[in-house]
Amino acid sequence: MTQPLLKIENVSKRFTRMPGLAERLVGRLTGGGKPVVVHALSDVSFDVARGEVVGIVGESGCGKSTLGRVVSGIYAPSDGRVVLDGKPVAHERGGNVEKLTTRVQMIHQDPFASLNPRMKVGETVAEGPRHHGIIPRGEVQARVRALIEKVGLEGAYADRLPHQFSGGQRQRIAIARALAMDPELLVLDEAVASLDVSIQAQVLNLFMELRRDLGLTALFISHDLSVVRHVCDRVAIMYLGRLVELAPADVLYSDPKHPYTRALFASVPTVGSGKREFEAIKGEIPSPINPPPGCAFHPRCPLAGPRCRVEVPKLAGAGASRTVACHLNDGGVELKDKAA
Amino acid sequence: MADSATTTGGTLAVPAAPPAETRAMRLRNFWSDYRQSWVALAALAVIVALAIGAFGAPFLVPQDPYDLANLDWMDAFLTPGEVGTGGYVHLLGTDNAGRDMLSAILYGLRTSFVIGLSAGALALAIGITVGLTAAYFGGRIEALLMRVVDLQLSMPAILLALVLVAVLGQGVFQIILALVVAQYAYFARTTHGAATVERRKDYIEAARSTPLPTRRVLFSHLLPNVLPPLIVVATVQVASAISLEATLSFLGVGLPLTEPSLGTLISNGFKYIHAGRYWLSIYPGIFLMFTVVAINLVGDQVRTILDPRNSR
Amino acid sequence: MTAALDVKGLTTRFDTRGGSVTAVNNVSFSVDKGRILGIVGESGSGKSVTGFSILGLIDEPGKVVGGSVLIEGTDLRALSPDDMRGMRGRKVSMVFQDPMMTLNPVLRVGDQMAMAVRVHRPMSKPKALEEARRALEIVGIPSPAERLKAYPHQLSGGMRQRVAIAIALLHSPAVIIADEPTTALDVSIQGQILAEVRRLADQTGTAIVWITHDLAVVSSLADDICVMYAGRIVERGTAEQVISAPRHPYTQGLLDSVPAQHEPGKPLPQIPGSTPQLSRLPSGCPFRPRCPRATELCATEPPVDDRDGQIVLCHHPLERP
Repeated sequence: MTQPLLKIENVSKRFTRMPGLAERLVGRLTGGGKPVVVHALSDVSFDVARGEVVGIVGESGCGKSTLGRVVSGIYAPSDGRVVLDGKPVAHERGGNVEKLTTRVQMIHQDPFASLNPRMKVGETVAEGPRHHGIIPRGEVQARVRALIEKVGLEGAYADRLPHQFSGGQRQRIAIARALAMDPELLVLDEAVASLDVSIQAQVLNLFMELRRDLGLTALFISHDLSVVRHVCDRVAIMYLGRLVELAPADVLYSDPKHPYTRALFASVPTVGSGKREFEAIKGEIPSPINPPPGCAFHPRCPLAGPRCRVEVPKLAGAGASRTVACHLNDGGVELKDKAA
Repeated sequence: MADSATTTGGTLAVPAAPPAETRAMRLRNFWSDYRQSWVALAALAVIVALAIGAFGAPFLVPQDPYDLANLDWMDAFLTPGEVGTGGYVHLLGTDNAGRDMLSAILYGLRTSFVIGLSAGALALAIGITVGLTAAYFGGRIEALLMRVVDLQLSMPAILLALVLVAVLGQGVFQIILALVVAQYAYFARTTHGAATVERRKDYIEAARSTPLPTRRVLFSHLLPNVLPPLIVVATVQVASAISLEATLSFLGVGLPLTEPSLGTLISNGFKYIHAGRYWLSIYPGIFLMFTVVAINLVGDQVRTILDPRNSR
Repeated sequence: MTAALDVKGLTTRFDTRGGSVTAVNNVSFSVDKGRILGIVGESGSGKSVTGFSILGLIDEPGKVVGGSVLIEGTDLRALSPDDMRGMRGRKVSMVFQDPMMTLNPVLRVGDQMAMAVRVHRPMSKPKALEEARRALEIVGIPSPAERLKAYPHQLSGGMRQRVAIAIALLHSPAVIIADEPTTALDVSIQGQILAEVRRLADQTGTAIVWITHDLAVVSSLADDICVMYAGRIVERGTAEQVISAPRHPYTQGLLDSVPAQHEPGKPLPQIPGSTPQLSRLPSGCPFRPRCPRATELCATEPPVDDRDGQIVLCHHPLERP
């Protein structure tokens, strides 16, 4: 097998909020005022092969957006590294993150926020490749128009400001901006989540078409299980900063192994399944400031045993190119519902 | 499926957006919004008239008040409307040295405008740089720059300007410098406030992750989006620079009587007001008041238009 | 029996400088006791404005210009502003997408709930707190007595939304109008709330209007469904009818564009064009420019077509065997 395009190796990301001066003074007296550490990502590792689309699914606080930003070089990992084609994506210098590659591009969730409201969309698309010399100077105008047409808009729209476009059209422009950099890897962070259902289908079709034509590799971050199933080859499920299950989409959807994956699938309403009981997961999502010890899911897990409360389960193979991080997987806990 | 109500595939038919909005159209819209208030229109007319008077002064008035050779002791304290030795009517009278008040006021107004505009522009440039730098880099740089700004804002601008002029000495350049130091903090604070909101937005993150160089992110992405509130602050600060300068001159530390500004004229005439020679102080005072009030009214209207809550 | 909520011909207009826009256009539906009606639509469909119009919460430059809103037979539109305030919270209440629209950040949950109780029913504070505790229990909040002492910011998003629903329930209203109440929540938390809401409707007999953009949510929660497009209800029927046998081309298109039912990787059927701007609607059927079944006839007002209570506003409804 060839080298994977993207290697994510034991990546952790912690955010530390230092208390302000006043908080520190009060803290002297009350014993508080200590730095608050958010564990956004803990020891995440996986590879993405060239031409592959990997979905990242999870609820709020699971670290999927942080992972997207670490891969895009917006954050530098606290531990571990992200390597594209053998080279790191970003490094930290003097407290600032410096991105080292133009080969990873990101598409944000909210197209109303991700385009500079005072810059013509053609300029928004053109400035990156022009600055990096990706397109020869004389050809910039023509290429920008071609890209805008490629994403399904009219080339003449290049002279307009973002506020003249609908949400779906703006998301197309954001895609054109990313494509202009000739990326090898796209990171889509909830890229269709804020679009209307009918527009979402258009943008997903565009994405699939571009993927076919350009051979794109992508991380597709979403909370929407049915969208992910539709466009991804492999799917990673995250919970509270950790990867809990990673498997080819068809394997994962037909037979989820991790108790959290199962619970997630069970609580998603689907069209046409008729009225039914929601198999709600009990309890709330814990805070990433103070994650539970052992397996982070154990307080909500119906199958949790004593071992789950103390030992963090490792991501391990479970057949059919699937990996799962659960003690059930290595026989450490009795399966109560083997049949399920 | 014969009944399917949808089409499959492709990136079809995206309906045409409305025609491109040009800069001219935006200006026209701005103007039609501005016209909504007749007070603002009148204020703008006052400013235009005063500016024409001030900058056209050499061609409009009978006397160059700076040229001592033009002054005649015989003409001292002529009341408004009297004809002096020059053979022309002194519409607003003359002062103790025989200066034509109207000429002195328009020349003074020119000085006031020059000082107000250049101090405002310089303070704007410095304030933007400080505010943007602080907001974009954060951390220690932000803490340092903004604490200095806070410290300055906690002192009255007039006090700071007084101290500076006392150190720097009199003269147009020194006054401008003092006003810039006293006023940049307002721009820095406003820029910083707007920029800390904007810099968290995704379009900044998108520009940084392209990656584009910091200078480009700061000046082509962040700056254009923090400008609207700054335009409002700028008009108010120009007005305030004009009145600050007038105050300094009135207190006798501003401009000398040989190159009078409005404040110098008021101050000079103040000595004679009890002698019934009201025109020496009152007329420059009226001009100053009209200038400052008109600029503030224009600023108010601009604020109303730019307020996102009023946007269409 | 009179319906809990009966809306007839409701029309809301916004008069702006750019012209007049009809955000809610001749909307009619009714909800019986203990039933859940889902109103589905995309952005600009007028679904939220419909909710606000029912409660008379439309601000300038908007105005409800026609129709009637009957709650257990009382026409809200005929009431004086004072009487209307008396109805809100007692007979009909609202749950918003952002629970902080309802909650006061500087008051303890218990204090504001007690206040809400005593607005309509004078009683001692301990008694009111007891009512509040019971309401929290009904919406499935664990250890409700402790939550009463908490401030809103100490609760998670899901918990806050439950508190907002509990407040809506305080006076056992005939109708609750919920506007995208689970949109901002995670799926696992949404699942919990949907389960509670279903139970509430069955047990308390409160009629619920659930406004959302999410077809999956209404299809698994609602008894009846209205589909809105450009301010009109284009299709109305039982959930079964609308989801399994839609007759309006728009409903069909919406259902088709949901990825779940298609083979992964294949192009999704899509509705061309973008969601309409109310200020620039075509004559006749507003869906006409995006509709694959449109003919010249569609430039005229579409007729109402009623079959077994499944009502569509269309010249060429899909024929089902």
